[in-house]
Amino acid sequence: MSAELETPDLSDIKIDSVGDFTFPENNVYDAGYGLSEKTIDYICDVKGDPEWIRDFRKKALKVFNEKPMPTHWATKDLENIHFDEFRYYLAGDRKPKKSWDDVPEEVKKTFERLGIPEQERKFLAGVEAQYDSEAAYSNIKAAVAEQGVIFVNSTEGLHKHPEIFKKWFGKVIPTGDNKFSALNSAVFSGGSFIYVPPGVKVKHPLQAYFRINSEQFGQFERTLIIADEGAEVMYMEGCTAPKFDTATLHSAVVELVALKGAKIQYVTVQNWSSNVFNLVTKRGVAHEEAEIRWIDCNIGSRLTMKYPGVVMKGRKARGEVISIALANNGQHQDTGAKMIHAADETTSNVISKSISIGEGRSTYRGLVHIPKHLKGCKNNTECDALLINPKSRTDTYPAISVRGSQHSTQHEASVSQVSAEQIFYLMQRGLSEGEAMSLSVNGFINDLAKEFPMEYSVELKRLIDLEMEGSVG
Amino acid sequence: MSLKIENLQARIGEREILKGLTIEIKPGEVHAIMGPNGSGKSTLSKVLCGHEDYEVTGGSATLDGEDLLSLSIDQRSRAGLFLAFQYPHEIPGVTNANFLRAALKARKPDGEDVDAIAFYRQMYARMDQLEMDRSFTGRNVNEGFSGGEKKRNEILQLMMLEPKYAILDETDSGLDIDALKIVSRGVNAMRSAERGFLVITHYQRLLNYIQPDIVHVLMDGRIVKTGDRSLALKLEEKGYDWVKDEALPAAA
Ligand SMILES: Nc1ncnc2c1ncn2[C@@H]1O[C@H](COP(=O)(O)OP(=O)(O)O)[C@@H](O)[C@H]1O
Ligand SMILES: [Mg+2]
Repeated sequence: MSAELETPDLSDIKIDSVGDFTFPENNVYDAGYGLSEKTIDYICDVKGDPEWIRDFRKKALKVFNEKPMPTHWATKDLENIHFDEFRYYLAGDRKPKKSWDDVPEEVKKTFERLGIPEQERKFLAGVEAQYDSEAAYSNIKAAVAEQGVIFVNSTEGLHKHPEIFKKWFGKVIPTGDNKFSALNSAVFSGGSFIYVPPGVKVKHPLQAYFRINSEQFGQFERTLIIADEGAEVMYMEGCTAPKFDTATLHSAVVELVALKGAKIQYVTVQNWSSNVFNLVTKRGVAHEEAEIRWIDCNIGSRLTMKYPGVVMKGRKARGEVISIALANNGQHQDTGAKMIHAADETTSNVISKSISIGEGRSTYRGLVHIPKHLKGCKNNTECDALLINPKSRTDTYPAISVRGSQHSTQHEASVSQVSAEQIFYLMQRGLSEGEAMSLSVNGFINDLAKEFPMEYSVELKRLIDLEMEGSVG
Repeated sequence: MSLKIENLQARIGEREILKGLTIEIKPGEVHAIMGPNGSGKSTLSKVLCGHEDYEVTGGSATLDGEDLLSLSIDQRSRAGLFLAFQYPHEIPGVTNANFLRAALKARKPDGEDVDAIAFYRQMYARMDQLEMDRSFTGRNVNEGFSGGEKKRNEILQLMMLEPKYAILDETDSGLDIDALKIVSRGVNAMRSAERGFLVITHYQRLLNYIQPDIVHVLMDGRIVKTGDRSLALKLEEKGYDWVKDEALPAAA
């Protein structure tokens, strides 16, 4: 028993890849295995949720139970998710700390190893660090808070800012959008709530880090970001989990609202271990002349299904998805973008690059919708796939429904391989085969990597180098 | 100490291309190989560098006594062998500077990086020698380069990597006379008592600028004649046919 509570030294922990380490569980709150109304009552009681949220969750549970797995279009691997084998809420101390010194030792060590406090010092306006179901650390720089920016976890947002929270929560992504948005709506915990007042431009990024530590666990954060008129904000999220023999579930819902003339950039660098089912729903609504950009990098996981979307609701709204996916052995990156044009002169841009290594598989699913009654809408879609080995696989399913003749759309897709002559050239200059491959892959995504903040693009390169190691030969 | 090629035989598919080729290049020497198109010049350079399309069926090649043929492509490079390609490849998305840094880093012990300031200083100095605009450091390797710019870029890499033995495969092709002079000046700047060169060319013109110590004529996969610079001039004047006529009875 006492051994359980001991905090191992980091040097004792075997580390195979960036996030592959774990600490003993130290949970005070545990909803137990499986999902029922009782689970929801437990979560609501622990969190002190208001009644409307309890109802919201219970209705969502019904929707979740009624909806079939979307295996008629998605992979059959979804059938290997056994919902009764997961725990839906795990937390130690439930109160996020404002100082790293107050964060429990093992949690602090985890985030230090992932470089979070260092990044915070260097270039962030605020950080929220979630450990399993709850934030362990949450802080916003005083100067940013003084501008009226709210950056808290979703529970605190719900409790302390109900007037803003309630207005937008569940409005961009309704519970019944898909089976996993219903699941999240039933058991959500953690995630960020951000409100940026009119005209406030947050200079430095706000960052959240989602860390899974426990086995047979599901993480269901819920993020809601509202940029009021003319406001600007960049939000970045990173995530990792240790590699367990059993499956881990991560199912987030992220809703963005950019009011008139506002700009939201949402940057993700995901590096899940290869036992994680990552089934995430992300969508934003862009009002008049507003802009929403999803900059998304998916590395790792067993299966990722994620199609960030933008509903361009106001005139001249803009939506963009820039995505990089890397599927290694045993991984399936099923990603894409949804661009819903719902006003005149709206513009959307999708650029997706995927890399499949070994027996990895990447799938692009795109949806572009421009109804007939609109005028002057534009969409540009480019998706390029790079296959590293003969067994790698890629599929593209673009669905473009453009009605009416007053629009301009452009769609390009390509599949390529790193040529043997290119590798020969690089190796002739002294690079090993792995290094040659890494450099080529980094070159393939280079134009997109530039869209990530500098600190993230460095991380991206490092992750790609790690993935490419041992992928050749 | 030498790059020693003995009775080297190689084929691609079923086709024999090198049919027993022997040359020894000592440090400080510049050898030229001349030969008609299709005689196997590029094949020789690629076989020496370990290109996988070619199968070595006989003979040997050593670099300062080390068996080249048992090394991988990158090991050969790090052992000191460099090839300036006849058709340099484009590397999308990788800048010249990053590429050179990666190549230099590959020569360092594990985990050790290149000193960035010294690297840029060295690179700029070399680029000045080759009259290359500094903007080339940030451009993707060979992407959108003209034929001449690609060749200059090959010589820039040679200058940065400082190999023991350098093979130049038709570096003159596609160069106008000014570019040819600049490139030759770069190569000549790298000539030293510690470095050997194998200059492959179809035309003797290049040899006016990079003056060889020894000239070989390659025909149909074999060296059929070896001489001094005057041999190159004679080839220029008379073409390859007379060598063929001389060589054929001997080969028969
Ligand atoms: N990849 C290849 N497949 C088949 N034949 C080849 C290939 N590469 C070269 N060859 C043949 O080998 C011979 C020598 O070619 P090469 O070494 O390029 O000649 P050179 O450089 O002297 O012009 C030529 O007849 C050429 O057609
Ligand atoms: Mg040739």
